[in-house]
Amino acid sequence: MALDATTVTAAGPAAAPPRTGVTLHRIARRRSTIAFLMALPLIAVIAGLVAWPAGYAIYLSTLNRRMTSFIGLDNFQILLESETFRMVIWQSCIFAISAVVLKALLGFWLAHMLHHIPTKGQRIWRGLLLLPWVVPPALSTLGWWWMFDPSYSSLNWLLNAVGAPSVPWLGEPGWARASVIIVNVWAGTPFFMIMYLAALKSVPDQLYEAAAIDGATGWQGLRYVTLPMMRNIISITVLFSLIVTFANYDIVRVLTNGGPRDLTHVFASYAFQVGVLSGNIPRGAAVSLFMFPLLAVVAFFILRGVNQRNREMA
Amino acid sequence: MSATAATPSAAIPGLGRRIGSLRKERRWALITAYISLVIAAIVMLAPPLYMLLTSLKTSAEISNPVGTPWIVRHPTLENYWALISDPMFRGFFFNSLKVTVCVVVLTMVISVLAAFSLARMKFFGSQVLATGVFLTYLVPDTLLFIPLYQIVGAVGLLNSTWGLVLVYPTLTVPFCTWIMIGYFASIPKELDEAALIDGANWMQMLTKIFIPVALPGIIAATIFAFTVSWAAFVYPTAFITRPDEMPLTIGVVSQLIRGDTFAWGQLMAGALLAALPPVVVYAFLMDYYIAGLTAGATKG
Repeated sequence: MALDATTVTAAGPAAAPPRTGVTLHRIARRRSTIAFLMALPLIAVIAGLVAWPAGYAIYLSTLNRRMTSFIGLDNFQILLESETFRMVIWQSCIFAISAVVLKALLGFWLAHMLHHIPTKGQRIWRGLLLLPWVVPPALSTLGWWWMFDPSYSSLNWLLNAVGAPSVPWLGEPGWARASVIIVNVWAGTPFFMIMYLAALKSVPDQLYEAAAIDGATGWQGLRYVTLPMMRNIISITVLFSLIVTFANYDIVRVLTNGGPRDLTHVFASYAFQVGVLSGNIPRGAAVSLFMFPLLAVVAFFILRGVNQRNREMA
Repeated sequence: MSATAATPSAAIPGLGRRIGSLRKERRWALITAYISLVIAAIVMLAPPLYMLLTSLKTSAEISNPVGTPWIVRHPTLENYWALISDPMFRGFFFNSLKVTVCVVVLTMVISVLAAFSLARMKFFGSQVLATGVFLTYLVPDTLLFIPLYQIVGAVGLLNSTWGLVLVYPTLTVPFCTWIMIGYFASIPKELDEAALIDGANWMQMLTKIFIPVALPGIIAATIFAFTVSWAAFVYPTAFITRPDEMPLTIGVVSQLIRGDTFAWGQLMAGALLAALPPVVVYAFLMDYYIAGLTAGATKG
């Protein structure tokens, strides 16, 4: 509200009679001043709640446990030497990569299937299939947790009904890791589907007609028309999802809480465990900072993809 | 294909067969599509459905399963009733509501003003800032929660819903600003020129032209801000340990799970009730929701 008042009063004199180049210059300057003031809350949020904390995290990670003295990179070194943390790095990478690949493939498949059926029916199917994305992940994971429950597992009941043996979903490390991936894929596939569907719809029909006249098979149409046209959105979506999946916390926290034997921890849940639950804030900050290099690389490529797309569309 | 083209004499029956097979191919494609979609829908909807089934069962039925757990034999609403009459659960709900409403209003004011300024009224460094907005969107909350824990603690807002109101904008503002820049940039320049000639100032231009024209974008951004702040999990888990200040997500996850004997029915009822507001919003505003979701990449 205070901001409105300043911009309005600042804008008032701008309507004063323009006479010379000097006044014009002043108007231009005023215009940019107003613009700056309007963007100021945004700048405050970015600087105060993202940039500063990010820098502060780096500072924190160089302190000792009591946060009394500077210990350089010792936290990072201790982490890298610990067996548990090396497992966390592994698990984070396996989790993120396999989940993103599965989501991308399934999402692509579903988007295609959805694109094939008559437009009239697409709405309802899209509505149903997007539901997992709408439910807050922490809450839907509770449902999965209950389906994975060792003694009452409804999934095992289904497996037994078709003659398969019960699966120790969350009890055994390999299955626990698979379970975390399954839930993540379940929750994330709709996002890919909807992005790809939007991209598929933006490919002009003439291209397919031209390809069909040239004798292209369905597969060739996919390979030489659809994929090149969608390349940009596919890469942006995959990279974006890589960040979100890599930084995922909700699912691991609710489903396994890092267990069994800390084998399903990812960076975020381990940082939480070390930093907040065990009270070693500096080391927790160090753990979460390990995500940073990957995020920076991925962000660079996303930005490049987005800029490319903007240029193509301009 | 090469076989039919090889000899002209074989071309005509071959062509006939190909047209027939094309129709057949289409039909098969359609059948494959429906089969895939049905399977996908079953998989996607099974967990929420099972949550619903469990929430309608009594504790006795859950702990002594006879036959399939996928049907309810003695449906009851006692789990829902127990939650609705529980002041703690109602407290979670009001906390969520309070935080979400504050954050949505704050986010929309910040991002509409900023997007207007960045899309239309360039200033020194505005291009860098627009890129910066996008980059901030890519910074995950799990990277920031430890330093923010210290900062929120220093301000004295740990264990307070106001601490959440302070930090949630990091989740919502960058994306909302980003899609609003896209929507504002797509408004033709002639409109603001006409407004300027009529003597409108910048504020009037924003409220009389940009906001009405970009209303679908504003609705999409509002839905996004609402969904994200309602579902936020990392920050409340880190910052809130007192049950009376908890929002729904962490409240259901941490407080309805007590000891070793889980009240599964109540837990599932709680999760469903907590998930209801975003689902209802989605059911009524699906098109805006999807527009917002895809805007980031398709409008960019």
